[in-house]
Amino acid sequence: MTYFPEEVVEHMFDFLSSHRDRNAVSLVCKSWYRLERWSRQRVFVGNCYAMSPERLIARFPRIKALTLKGKPHFADFNLVPHDWGGFVHPWIEAMAKSCPVLEELRLKRMVVSDESLELLSRSFPNFKSLVLVSCEGFTTDGLAAVAANCRVLRELDLQEIEVEDRRGQWLGCFPDSCTTLVSLNFSCLKGEVNLGALERLVARCPNLKSLRLNRTVPLETLYKILLRAPQLVDLGTGSYVHEPNSEHYVKLTNAVLNCKSVRSLSGFLDVAPRCLPAIYPICLNLTSLNLSYAPGIQGSELIKLIRHCRNLHRLWILDCIGDKGLGVVASTCKELQELRVFPFDPYGGGNAAVTEEGLVAISMGCPKLHSLLYFCHQMTNSALITVANNCPNFTRFRLCILDPKKPDPATFQPLDEGFGAIVRSCKGLRRLSLSGLLTDQVFLYIGMYAERLEMLSIAFAGDSDKGMLYVLNGCKNLRKLEIRDSPFGNVALLTDVGKYETMRSLWMSSCDVTLGGCKTLAKKMPRLNVEIINEKEENYSDGQKVEKMYVYRTLDGPRRDAPDFVWTL
Amino acid sequence: MEGRRFEGRRRIHQNPHEMRIQIVSYQGYGSLVLRSWEEIQLPLVDASLFLVTAPSRNKIPVCFHSYVQSPVRRSRRKLVMSPPLLGVVEGQGNVSLVSSSASADSSCQNNSELKERNYMGLSDCSSVDSSAISSLSNEKNSSLNLKATELRLGLPGSPSTPRDPELSLPSSGKQDEKPLFPLTPSKNGIHSSSHRAAVLGNKRWFSDAMDGFCEAKSAALTEGNWMFPAAGSVSETVPSAPQAKFAANSGATVILSPKPSLNSGVKSVPVKEYSGAQPAMLKEAAPAKVLQEKPRAANENNHNPSGAANNNSSAPAAKAQVVGWPPIRSFRKNSLSTTPKNNDEVDGKPGPGALFIKVSMDGAPYLRKVNLRTYSAYQELSSALEKMFSCFTIGQCGSHGAPWREMLSESKLKDLLHGSEYVLTYEDKDGDWMLVGDVPWEMFIDSCKRLRIMKSSDAIGLAPRAMEKSRNRN
Repeated sequence: MTYFPEEVVEHMFDFLSSHRDRNAVSLVCKSWYRLERWSRQRVFVGNCYAMSPERLIARFPRIKALTLKGKPHFADFNLVPHDWGGFVHPWIEAMAKSCPVLEELRLKRMVVSDESLELLSRSFPNFKSLVLVSCEGFTTDGLAAVAANCRVLRELDLQEIEVEDRRGQWLGCFPDSCTTLVSLNFSCLKGEVNLGALERLVARCPNLKSLRLNRTVPLETLYKILLRAPQLVDLGTGSYVHEPNSEHYVKLTNAVLNCKSVRSLSGFLDVAPRCLPAIYPICLNLTSLNLSYAPGIQGSELIKLIRHCRNLHRLWILDCIGDKGLGVVASTCKELQELRVFPFDPYGGGNAAVTEEGLVAISMGCPKLHSLLYFCHQMTNSALITVANNCPNFTRFRLCILDPKKPDPATFQPLDEGFGAIVRSCKGLRRLSLSGLLTDQVFLYIGMYAERLEMLSIAFAGDSDKGMLYVLNGCKNLRKLEIRDSPFGNVALLTDVGKYETMRSLWMSSCDVTLGGCKTLAKKMPRLNVEIINEKEENYSDGQKVEKMYVYRTLDGPRRDAPDFVWTL
Repeated sequence: MEGRRFEGRRRIHQNPHEMRIQIVSYQGYGSLVLRSWEEIQLPLVDASLFLVTAPSRNKIPVCFHSYVQSPVRRSRRKLVMSPPLLGVVEGQGNVSLVSSSASADSSCQNNSELKERNYMGLSDCSSVDSSAISSLSNEKNSSLNLKATELRLGLPGSPSTPRDPELSLPSSGKQDEKPLFPLTPSKNGIHSSSHRAAVLGNKRWFSDAMDGFCEAKSAALTEGNWMFPAAGSVSETVPSAPQAKFAANSGATVILSPKPSLNSGVKSVPVKEYSGAQPAMLKEAAPAKVLQEKPRAANENNHNPSGAANNNSSAPAAKAQVVGWPPIRSFRKNSLSTTPKNNDEVDGKPGPGALFIKVSMDGAPYLRKVNLRTYSAYQELSSALEKMFSCFTIGQCGSHGAPWREMLSESKLKDLLHGSEYVLTYEDKDGDWMLVGDVPWEMFIDSCKRLRIMKSSDAIGLAPRAMEKSRNRN
């Protein structure tokens, strides 16, 4: 290898896109380390507290695209206090100072202030892409700054964020010179947008491929947009409500006929189901359909729509589709690879909710399925075994039975055997979420078979420390382990403390770990941050169980922005 | 006060440990402040509901209600307090069932109480329910009334929402149909409706069990707290709540016990067997109450070997209250709960007689406006509000949809624990916050300035956090 001049090697490195390959390459020799360091443009940081931004920039001075994640995953479900942390501002400040070539920033579960967005919009002249997922802390003022100042912005993607709406005019802040947009997603915004500005923006961005509107954009505007942007590939409708006989509806129907390139459809936040036939003509092209925010589409309309979508690869849907509807999916969507079924009413009994029956049907009809998120009311071992046999390609298998600790309703047995079958036959499984009644046995299976597992979510499961130990000892590739309400204690936590340095993070809440155990862990492993989240403001003794514990490896020591209720041991 | 009745309106007081009652017809216009345990030793009986808070150590609520749909009641629509009705909750079939069966087997004690119960008949509750009847008819009544309790934002005197008929299948019918379906699922997923029905039946069975559980609980609560009025001191009454739980547990176990037999292939369980099971359970529950000193013993004695069934009975109750479960992003939860615009508001201008007032709900992220003129009775308002805010109440009250009405029960306590029970209150022209439903509808819409769906814990002064803490310590 030393025969190549460095320029050549560097050029070769450009073809390495995977982070893992690049990491490996950088370990070969000093020269490669140096070359890789200067040529790395995309960096993924799975935990913003794992290192300081300065250190990151020192290692990779030419970052163009940065992905950062903040809060622990369980923050999605309100298990992490609101002001826990995860601020992006220090990162943007540091990048602004030493890395002005930044073009792309993707943030997940981070706190983003308007200030940060303002600074971002002014600091990186070539900034192209901002993707925010489940972030918080900013308002439309920040978006307005991004719109106004990022002259070559291509992508503005806001997903699942509650944005405070200070003024509806942020969309109008895109300058007339802005013609570069490729992707614009503001479906999560609640407030009204300037429809005229939206239409003009769409009209002057010839490369716009992805557009997701929010609820306030009416059907009239949708058809105007479709007339101007028939090139759209990814469309999220806003409000889809109109009289089926009206002029606007007829116009929309005609406009849709021209949108031959649409492959992904979402939205329908408000919907008049009788208007759905307008989109039937493009359904055959669809590879992705997300109706998980469309509770208005139910029953026969939903099934009719699905019957037109024969080429779906990805389907997100609410459980009001019912087992019967899933049967239709199974017989229609033979190419299905990813399925998510969300609960329409997570707490209610659910009239048409789904059960093991629907999942079995899907597994029989959709052999290519490899990613699943399934909220259901019950599951049986026999169904899981059938699913495991039918679909051995799962890489993600997340099953949530709405009643925690619910056993197999047919036999009243725990679901150990069912999940055991999944991990046994799905060799490539990387992500697994468990639910239902589970004993230590299931963890024995997981430890034994789930060799590639990277992320495991456990809730209300297990009997003893053994369960967790099986997982820690067995799953060699485990990176993230999150556990709640399970009887795992200090023994499980402390038996193999070295494991945590190979992992990104460990979350345990409402388990049997005590403060003393956490302290021991912190003492043994100085490169781990052991954080206790204690909102009750009581004086803990060492023997007391900790409410929430978050452990992650870090190069940066205890974080300095922790609020009072977070103790880093 | 004893022996007299008076009428009034219930007013929410700022001090969460108090509930004030503005007395309308008794000795002019005044208020009665419920502040200390002593003052409420004589329990208040309210035509539609009475909630009494014992400002005791743990602030465990002592909650009774009587929910009567008799025409007399509805016409009055005022708070009626007739003090010395001890240990009795009338009207609701499930409760009266409890009382009557308790009377049947526990003649050993509290004769006075039985008399008081009969007194309930005087206080114009439906006498059918309160008299001791055969267990079968009781059973029916109970199930019917359970359905009436589906109301989530209950209003005094708002008995049935339109969906009641659908829901109010007599539970005996359910028992009948259930065993027709084998509980074991067919192997290869070809199974369709029959299996599904079985599954549903199964689920209903659970909820029945839960309700039974509630009944037992209610009985326990009732008696535990009110059978000893003389000893109604804080120290004695408060511990009886956990006690009640044990009793309820045992009851639930018993009522669940037929399930394994279903499972093991018995094709049909006769109705009688089931209806027989319930008094049995009550009998078991009653001794548990009697054995105040040895709750644990009672619990163990009554413990049924069917552990699995026990697990199941606890699961549905837990699911609604667990923070962060089911694991759905809060954004998704919130956005799904955002209901589409109301048609009447979309049209823009309110009609001539429109009377728009704001409705807020504790914990809900938005306000709504309702036109009071579009409703003609509390009941309609209640159902409308329920629809509007059901996402929150359903979310918090759990699968059995526990409305505040029927919850002198397990679920009541549970929900109170978690502060997830709501009462409808309004601000009147004087700026006082009152409970909705005590005055005639017309008077109400004249004086109502805005509505608030309040955590009843706030309304009557529970401190849910404190309760939770104390529970955690236990």
